[in-house]
This record gives sequence, structure tokens and C-alpha cells, in this order.
Amino acid sequence: MNTVDLQKQSVRELNRVLHQLPEDTNETGWEVLHPGGQHNIACGLDREIEVRVDGHAGYYCAGMNKQAEITVAGNVGVGVAENMMSGSVHVQGSAGQSAGATAHGGLLVIDGDAAARCGISMKGIDIVVKGSIGHMGAFMGQAGRMVICGDAGEALGDSLYEARIYVKGAVASLGADCVKKEMRDEHIRELQELIDAASLDETPTDFARYGSARNLYHFKTDNALEY
Amino acid sequence: MTSQNPGSRESSLFNRDVIHEIQRAAETGVYDIRGFGAKRPLPHFDDLLFLGASVSRYPLEGYRERCDTNVTLGALNAEKPVEIDVPITIAGMSFGALSANAKEALGRGASEVGTSTTTGDGGMTPEERGHSTKLVYQYLPSRYGMNPDDLRKADAIEVVIGQGAKPGGGGMLLGQKITDRVAEMRTLPAGIDQRSACRHPDWTGPDDLAIKILELREITDWQVPIYVKVGATRTYYDTTLAVKAGADVVVLDGMQGGTAATQDVFIEHVGIPTLAAVPQAVEALQEMDMHRKIQLVVSGGIRSGADVAKCLALGADAVSIGTAALIALGCNHPKWQKEYEELGTSAGFYDDYHQGRDPAGISTQDEELGARLDPVAGGQRLANYLRVLTLEAQTLARACGKSHVLNLEPEDMVALTIEAAAMARVPLAGTDWIPGRERES
Repeated sequence: MNTVDLQKQSVRELNRVLHQLPEDTNETGWEVLHPGGQHNIACGLDREIEVRVDGHAGYYCAGMNKQAEITVAGNVGVGVAENMMSGSVHVQGSAGQSAGATAHGGLLVIDGDAAARCGISMKGIDIVVKGSIGHMGAFMGQAGRMVICGDAGEALGDSLYEARIYVKGAVASLGADCVKKEMRDEHIRELQELIDAASLDETPTDFARYGSARNLYHFKTDNALEY
Repeated sequence: MTSQNPGSRESSLFNRDVIHEIQRAAETGVYDIRGFGAKRPLPHFDDLLFLGASVSRYPLEGYRERCDTNVTLGALNAEKPVEIDVPITIAGMSFGALSANAKEALGRGASEVGTSTTTGDGGMTPEERGHSTKLVYQYLPSRYGMNPDDLRKADAIEVVIGQGAKPGGGGMLLGQKITDRVAEMRTLPAGIDQRSACRHPDWTGPDDLAIKILELREITDWQVPIYVKVGATRTYYDTTLAVKAGADVVVLDGMQGGTAATQDVFIEHVGIPTLAAVPQAVEALQEMDMHRKIQLVVSGGIRSGADVAKCLALGADAVSIGTAALIALGCNHPKWQKEYEELGTSAGFYDDYHQGRDPAGISTQDEELGARLDPVAGGQRLANYLRVLTLEAQTLARACGKSHVLNLEPEDMVALTIEAAAMARVPLAGTDWIPGRERES
């Protein structure tokens, strides 16, 4: 296990060493000590390595991640795993706004709650939140799946494209063009896979599915008050 | 007021254009969406003149004494700043808004004269990267096609906060242009009317922007400059905040800046003219002692070498062209007149870029139309045009005695109108009067 202590080294030094690892590196285990809520920890990684952040992280932790499996033993600030392409990020605490924003792939698991705009403009990522999420979850979500084991705040799925949302708890309100949809067999299978991937003990049939009504895909005068 | 023919007296308030728009709105029930930029008359660089050298100033010999044009962009923090040979860059225009051949032609033309081109709201195509020796990668609210691999291939990153045609508005690409390839690049269903977000999804305000810029630097290992692009509105404050947030280059797009698809009401009624915005940005940079340390790139209505020279004289480090570059490629060319007429318009007036039926093959995703634009020939026309702009700017700079176009200064100019004098902060011609400024006693 390689260790970087952010009380002694900078975030720049951490990211530089992780970026410079060769493709066939055998230094695959990394521990980041004393993160102290600093921003941009372990962003831009592109190697099959495991990184454990031993404490709280600030903005954009694991931003644009590819391949790496990153665990944060604490809370994270805004934009954790933003624009992630592949790999996984596991937040053992709660997350600030815009968790998994615009991400194209990979798996983001949040053990606690996630604040507003979780999964905003998501483009293929899978997001599993064991707790609840704030308002505007999956706003303009284009692709990917989001699982919320707790409750969802106001305007869930506003202006949704093709992202799929599963919620176990209460939904404060749905956003424009987001509707509750039937849970068919393929959705139950899909949800079970996500539950397994996140190592949850949940039953798919306890969840409801939400998706786009696709009424706002084209400009129509009749929809003026929906915009 | 009397008229020789009272029966045909036109109202200045409800003139024929206004009546036509009311009738069009009543018939269709939708607002007018179009391309191009502001069409209303605005104070512009035409309202400024240079004071050539005479007894009190020394000119340089044309074609004999050097007048350099190279500019370095973003050297403050980046390991590899962008070095351009001419002070004219190509503005951000997306693949999606433009055809693949148009993007290739822009890359070819810009590369031939040693300057940069810019992606747009749709990601980076291999063709674009392959044909652009210097490519600026835009980082937009939609993040369509955004990925760290392309980010690291870029020569600079431009965080787009706004554009001159629609400050405060998001991108728009109507279904006619969302082909399978465009849809795949943007992760959208094909054929939908795409609405891009107007705010970035993971930061709010300048304090967050500072952290976002640091993230982009971290991901790219501090190799390339970070630009911040703003539409011209509260330019003094926006420039100040962009610099405070860590921008290496501020890109300022005046309200005459073009668009591929925006509501007409937005194009014509939001933002301030380029002429008014540049002095505000320069003032902000000077107050922070950052003028010429952080570069200012200005776009929005640059058409000629005179515009380039005047913009630089006001304090810009470089300019950026979009609409003019498309015209150089062949947009609105008379040879397509018959087809323009079939579209209900005429060469010189075509602005329906959003419909994707451009006879010149530029603002389209139709393969047959797109094939009309030869990217090699188009690139050559753009290179010719960029060289003319450069030669014209050099001519004016030499006339003012400058050995580098960046040595031009406001003191070299006067204004023809009171409005232009007030906006550009140069004296009205033949006077020492700058409206809004105290005269020196």
C-alpha cells in the first residue's frame, strides 16, 4: 500500500504521482491520509488502481475518473465523480451538490445522503444513494440509472431525457416532463443488478420507476408554460 | 407632420418589419429562431478612425520595417501557452451546428496561418483535432461529449459562461440537425430539439469557478491555459471575477457575436456592443495590473483588418472571428442564389442556420449539402482571408509607427460620433472631448 499524507504533500503532488503511473503499474493500492476537505483530490485518474481517501474531501473529488476504484471514508463536497467515465467511487458518508454530474459511466455509491442536483445532466453513469437526495435530482438526465433508497426532493427528473430513476421512499414532487412509470420485469432485473453492484440489501419491488414523458422533446407552443 | 402621400406614410413605430413579425407570430405561435448575429445598427469599430503618423509621430515603412503580429496566450500558469502567429483566432462553433467539412476547413485555414480554432457545444471530433494544429476545447454547461482524453488533447481549455448572441442563455440545436452522429456525440435521442443548460451543472459563482479551474488544471497537469469566455454585459465585473477565479485568458464576446440558433429577441435585445465592452474589460485588467499578463481575446463583429487593429488598439491581445470565417468559407455566396430563393431568402440575407438546409454546406448536417464544401478549398479561402486581415492590421499599425500590432493604443484613435467616443473612451474627432470624462484643466 502506497501512502500520501496531504498534511505533508500537496494535492498537486498526489495527482501528479497518480497520473504518472504506467499502464502496467503494480502499485495498485493507494491511501490518502488527512485529506482535510481539500478540493480536487484524486481527479483525472486513468489507471486500474484502488485509492482510499481516509477522511472528508472537498469539491470534485474523483472528478473525470476513468478505471480507478476510489473510496472516500468520509463526506464529500460538490461534484464528486463529476463527468466520471468508468471505474467506481464509493462515498461512505454524504455528498454535497451535483454528485455524479454529467458523468458518462462507472458506478457512484453514496452511503449517506446526497444534496441538490444529484446526477444533473448524467450521461450514462449509475448512481446509487442509500439515503435521500435533495431537489432537482437527475435534472436533464440524458442516460444512465439512478437508485434512491430514501426520499427524493422537489422537481425530481426535471427536463429528463433517457435516464431512468428508481426511488424507494417518497418523492416531494416531479419536475417538468418526469412521470412515474410501470416497473416491468426488465426494470426489476436492472434494479437488482444495481442493488447487487452496490452491495445493498434491498428488494426491487419496493421501488417505483420514473422516467421522461418525452413531451418536451420538441418545441411546441402548447408547452410554453412547461418551459 | 405632413407627407406628399399621406396614404403611404409608414409608421416608424409599426414599420413593415414590425408588422411582418407580429403577423408571423400570430400565424405560427412560436418565437423567431435564427442564426447570424445582431442585425440592428450599433456603434461599432466603423465609428473610430486612426490618427496616422505625421510630424508628431514616425511611421514605419510598409513591407520593409517589421510589424510583428505574434501573440502568446495563457503563459501565466500553463507549461505550454498557446503561441499564435497572427492575432486572429477562430471562435467556438460546434460540430452539429456546422458540418464536418466546415469544421475541417476551419482547422485547415487556421493552421495554415498559424492560429487556433475552437470546438463548440458538441465535443471534439477526430477530424477537427487532426486538422487543427492549435485547438481550444470548450467546456460548456451541457458538457456534451466532454471527456478527459479529449481534454488532454487540447491546446487550451475555454470555460464558456456566456456568448455575445445570448448572454444568460443556453445552446440550442433543433431536431433537423440532431443526426445519429451528433446524437451519439451528445448522448441524446436523435431528432429531438436540443436545449442546452445555461448554467454549469457543478459550480455556481466565482468562488466555485476558482475551484473548477483548479480541477481542470489538475486533470491536465497544468500543461495548458484555461480561458474563460463571457458574453458582454456587466463586462467590468465579469472580467474582474474571471481573473480572480484564475483565468489565464479572458474571451469577451460582444452582442454582435454570431450564433447558429437563438431566439431573435435574445440576439437583438441582450448584451452590449463590442465597442462598449472592450474598454470595460481593459479597465478591469489594468486595475488588477493584469493587462498583457492575462490576455484579452475579443469577438463580436470583427470583419476587417481595420476592426482587428482598432480592437487591439483598445487593449485586446487578439480577436476571434466566427461569422466572418463562415462567410470566407462560402456562406451566403451568390452562386447559391437560386437555392436561397427556394428557401425564401437571398444571398447576403441567409440566416436560418438552425434549419440545417444551408445550400453552401456549412451550417448543415445533411450529407449531400455538406459535401458541397470542399474542406481544402474552403480552408484555403479562410487562410487567404486571415492573411488579408493581418496585412490590413499591419498596414494601419505601421501608419501609426508601431513595430508590433499590440503596440497600438487608444491614443492612436478618435471617434466619429459622440456615442462611439463615450463607449470607446477616445476623443471625438477634432476635439479633446471624451464624453463622461472630465477634461484636464
